[in-house]
Amino acid sequence: MPISKGLTYKKEAKPMKFLKKSKLSKNYDKFGWLFTIPSIVIIGSFVFYPMIQAFITSLKSGMGNNLRFVGIANYARLFTDNIFQKSVVNTLIYLVVQVPIMILLALFISVLLNDKNLKWKAFFRTAIFLPCVTSLVAYSVIFKSLFSNDGLMNKILLNLHLLNTPIEWITSPFWAKITIIIAITWRWTGYNMIFYLAGLQNIDPSIYEAAKIDGATSVKQFFSITVPLLKPIILFTTVMSTTGTLQLFDEVMNITKGGPGNATTTISQYIYNLSFKYTPNFGYAAAVSYTIVIMIVVLSLIQFKVAGDDK
Amino acid sequence: MKKIKSSFKYIFLSIVSIISIFPFIWMLISMTNKSVDVSRGSLIPGTYFLENMKNLFNSDLNFSMSLWNSGKIAIISTVLSLVVASFAGYGFEIYRNKVRDRIFNILLLSMMIPFAALMIPLFKMFSTFKFFGLNTMAAVIIPTISTAFLIFFFRQNTKSFPKDILEAGRIDGLNEIQIFTRIYVPTMKSTYAAAAIITFMSSWNNYMWPLIALQSPEKRTVPLIISTMGSSYSPDYGMIMAGIVIATLPTALVFFLMQKHFVAGMLGSVKG
Repeated sequence: MPISKGLTYKKEAKPMKFLKKSKLSKNYDKFGWLFTIPSIVIIGSFVFYPMIQAFITSLKSGMGNNLRFVGIANYARLFTDNIFQKSVVNTLIYLVVQVPIMILLALFISVLLNDKNLKWKAFFRTAIFLPCVTSLVAYSVIFKSLFSNDGLMNKILLNLHLLNTPIEWITSPFWAKITIIIAITWRWTGYNMIFYLAGLQNIDPSIYEAAKIDGATSVKQFFSITVPLLKPIILFTTVMSTTGTLQLFDEVMNITKGGPGNATTTISQYIYNLSFKYTPNFGYAAAVSYTIVIMIVVLSLIQFKVAGDDK
Repeated sequence: MKKIKSSFKYIFLSIVSIISIFPFIWMLISMTNKSVDVSRGSLIPGTYFLENMKNLFNSDLNFSMSLWNSGKIAIISTVLSLVVASFAGYGFEIYRNKVRDRIFNILLLSMMIPFAALMIPLFKMFSTFKFFGLNTMAAVIIPTISTAFLIFFFRQNTKSFPKDILEAGRIDGLNEIQIFTRIYVPTMKSTYAAAAIITFMSSWNNYMWPLIALQSPEKRTVPLIISTMGSSYSPDYGMIMAGIVIATLPTALVFFLMQKHFVAGMLGSVKG
């Protein structure tokens, strides 16, 4: 598979010379707009305009479409809202526990798979990547059936005598979070692996040989060659996973429905509940949604900062 | 020592592979079993396959209608997205100037905006539209047509497009649109294939926005139906697994038949 092709870092091409000096440049400019206007209009009207609308809505309060201006009252309410705080804590738990585990696992697997002498490499790679073809809803329902109280997961663990009593994977507040974390890790590890494999193919094998001659152990090689050289890709996948986890919705909706007692609710799900499940309160829901925006921006900036430190 | 290390490698990779594949085997087995047996965790294929299929297609939830809905939505939004995004990727790269470069950077910012923040204003917006308001196919499709990611993907791939050909086309008397349709599109086939796969997949699997935008039962898409079946009071897992297998088939087929493009599409965003 020519994965490596995907990762050649191309230099920015200079604008074509004839564009600068040609008499036709004005004509070309017209075509430049013709080709780009549809996307500008669509993204403008269905992303940026709603963003502004959401902010305006977040300053209002009321039921349904009967909204009046209340200033920052909605944002103040966030500080006293237990369910909101719970959903933030849950989301952060998923983020802090799941993302590092998944990224390390994906890195480890891709380093193992990058071995030239490995047999059945294509099989392993395909198998581990396979979860990516399932839809989030579909795999969530599958996990729900596997992790039910009398389901297969408990049956296996009981038969292997690893457990004496079945684990309440879905109905205990603690284990329900674990189930969600296991599910997300299953779905996304292979996806991240593909990025690292592509990155690893661009690392010159002679670097490792030189390190081996210098007596560096595989662990040392991993931390002082692989990780630094893959840093841009690790950063990219971390930012993507963070953004994705902060928006977690499908899995929680379909595995636990946020329960038991909001123990697994995420911020996205709370926004959905506020707008479409409880009596609609769009103003407050919009204020909650802005907290995700702020979290994504702040966390991405922190991650870029941390990764850019030794440059 | 070396032998231990290498066998550890194989054991570890085998375990991870088995875990990755197992839920697929599980759904294939469960599709042939009664719901009770699925709940009990039976790993033996049963004889209930036809019964499950019958239940699935005869259920009140109208699974066949949802397949039709999802298919229509996924195909239309894939075609429209490819047109809009390849136009934009081409336009931003071939006719570069400062203003458009700046606009492009602003468009990229939209990738940071979570959908959860857009759903309320989008819901309100579409509830006021007359012909493509809520509960229509258009309402599901329109917000997904233009994604910054896809534009970025096309622009990155356009960077390696041989620009001399453009000049040659101009000298041959082709106009700018013809250059795009007759030279660019045929040359970029594999980029289009990769983009089509990711777009089709994300549309086929989309859950949150259709959940909000589509309320009447006959409009629902496959993920909505599977979700409804899975969250019923006593889910019929045999039937649901049959539904999941059918829902996963298109993406699984694309993956096995076009693995190269599939992976290229997934990796697209790292380019550059």
